[in-house]
Amino acid sequence: MSTTLSSLTKPLQRFSVRHATRLPLIVTATLLVAMFSVGSLNYEGFFSAQVLLNVLIDNGFLLVVAIGMTFVILTGGIDLSVGSMVALSTMLTAWLVEQNGLPLALAVPVVLLVGAGGGALMGWVIHAFEIQPFIVTLAGMFLARGLCYMISTESISITDPTTTRIAQTRVLLPGGLFVSPAVVIALVVLAVAFVVLHHTRFGRTVYALGGNESSTRLMGLPVGRTKIAVYAVSGLCSALGGLLLTFYMLSGYALHAVGMELDAIAAVVIGGTLLTGGSGFVLGTALGVTVLGLIQTIISFQGTLSSWWTRIVIGGLLFVFILLQRLFGGARTAE
Amino acid sequence: MTPPDDTGAGTRPARAPGTRRLTGHPLFWPAAVLAALLLGNVALTHDFLAVRVQNGHLYGSLVDILQFGAPLILVSLGMTLVIATRGIDLSVGSTVAIAGALACEHIASAADPGSLSTVFTAIVIALGVAAAIGLLNGFLVARLGVQPIVATLVLMVAGRGVAQLITDGQIISVSSPAYKMIGGGYWLTLPFAVLLAAALVAVTSLVTRRTALGMLIESVGGNPVASRLVGIRASGLLVTVYVVSALCAAVAGLMISSNVSSADGNNAGLWIELDAILAVVVGGTALTGGRFSLGGTVLGALIIQTLSTTIYTLGVPPETTLVFKALVVIVVCLVQSPAFRARLSRKRGRRGPVAPVPAPTAADVTARRQEVHP
Repeated sequence: MSTTLSSLTKPLQRFSVRHATRLPLIVTATLLVAMFSVGSLNYEGFFSAQVLLNVLIDNGFLLVVAIGMTFVILTGGIDLSVGSMVALSTMLTAWLVEQNGLPLALAVPVVLLVGAGGGALMGWVIHAFEIQPFIVTLAGMFLARGLCYMISTESISITDPTTTRIAQTRVLLPGGLFVSPAVVIALVVLAVAFVVLHHTRFGRTVYALGGNESSTRLMGLPVGRTKIAVYAVSGLCSALGGLLLTFYMLSGYALHAVGMELDAIAAVVIGGTLLTGGSGFVLGTALGVTVLGLIQTIISFQGTLSSWWTRIVIGGLLFVFILLQRLFGGARTAE
Repeated sequence: MTPPDDTGAGTRPARAPGTRRLTGHPLFWPAAVLAALLLGNVALTHDFLAVRVQNGHLYGSLVDILQFGAPLILVSLGMTLVIATRGIDLSVGSTVAIAGALACEHIASAADPGSLSTVFTAIVIALGVAAAIGLLNGFLVARLGVQPIVATLVLMVAGRGVAQLITDGQIISVSSPAYKMIGGGYWLTLPFAVLLAAALVAVTSLVTRRTALGMLIESVGGNPVASRLVGIRASGLLVTVYVVSALCAAVAGLMISSNVSSADGNNAGLWIELDAILAVVVGGTALTGGRFSLGGTVLGALIIQTLSTTIYTLGVPPETTLVFKALVVIVVCLVQSPAFRARLSRKRGRRGPVAPVPAPTAADVTARRQEVHP
């Protein structure tokens, strides 16, 4: 880094040394409050709890997928296959339920198993053959998307009564507010992920692995098993996210969730998890997903802005947060 | 660092004569795969290799493969140099879309869409913006030390939005014979796009193999710290390769939009970064950097294009190409992985006292080099 840049950021670095791991979270939370305030001041009807809940309703599946991605990124890996895996789950569910008449209660475990199994397989290839996660999950991305098309190149809409009933269910909250069951499931996943990452031996190994793989190995922690497990978790989360998307869309389609891996990665990064691994919070990921959702909400409230602004703003935010990460990275090494 | 040359065969003493020497050539396996694919196509459609002249233009499946493959060859060309520095450029697909959108937007809004000066200005605008994209990627990677996959992810996400912003979300159609020349025109009976791609490949090989540039790039990819210690200015080189990659993508974007006479911000160049990475890897350049083969990349791109053409010829839904591509990626990566080959040879060793030495592939050579220069 150039000297002028580091002298400019000295005070920030001194602060970030003390709060190195929490600062990104603080920045994201501030951003969230700022976005919500700006939205409330500018648009009528924006300032309501239901608007925030709608963000969760529209992005519950993304939250689940991003939680899985957080596990992988914490180990210093990356999973590019999640978007395709989500699409494959919607396709598989629709195909099993609609075209094979399988009850939903049986289709769900099958889909979850396929997701977790696919993830574990990729994790095993990454670990056993020491191939970069990026390229293995890229192959997984191609494979899952291709399998979607092998099932059907057309969209399969779902008319199964059980599925539609679940999709239309509203979970009522006090004050006339409501959420979808998907939000409840996503929040449960978030709670489980939080406990697993911060209060179990497995979670500690995940952080250790992202910090330094060879030290982790020398400490005698199960590197291989953990690596395979995080990709299995990511696969499981994508499959579950796909199921939630199926309820949201009531259809299976090979073109569902194109580019969702990028949204998930963006949410994790904006949530303050270092892409080099070893540092971050799964609750930050939830904040990241909310930021992405609020961007969409603001753009839809604005009305005159087109949807492609979402991508530009997400890209811009990603850029800013990557720069921030570099500053923290510098602080960490200075320490 | 061994002195690089494009063949790689000359750097090792050829111990075994004849076939071993042939199969040991880095380009042997990509070429063999391509030949097998072409032969398979001949078996499927008998006039596959037939090339005929019609209206003074060459026609035939082979010409089609070359013409439709030209953009991929170009994107892969830039990608090869980036990967040689141990990097990756995910933003090329968006760059393709942005370049096409800028050029078409300029031509469509110009008073005289057919004039050479309009087209020339459009090309300059597209290339200029692409250079800026490359500079941004290079700045993030070289100056700020961001991982390449993350640095280029930014523009991969935002770039499509920018392309849509330029075209206002529409598909912009242009009618300009001069612009049509780039991607759909013919010159000396050959598709102009093929000639353009060939020329750029030739220039890049000359510059990287007849000057020290290629060796410096490989040096930075092989060991950045050692390169800095011997006085190679790595950051300048890194910025250069990202700019070259973006420029190659921009030319590909011009070709694609010119061929269909329209710019589509959403779909132009979609997934081309993945195809390009695949082409580079199939061509024998390892993703771990330190060595590259432009010839291999061109063969790799042609293999992927031929594979796509074959799928179309077979009448299989074209979307299922993704499955084949996935299998190709897995196989190629396994073959390249030292851990996989170690397992394989261990198994073979157990079976008999004399382990048969597997014929070295392009990947073998690359991997062996990595073992020598970790």
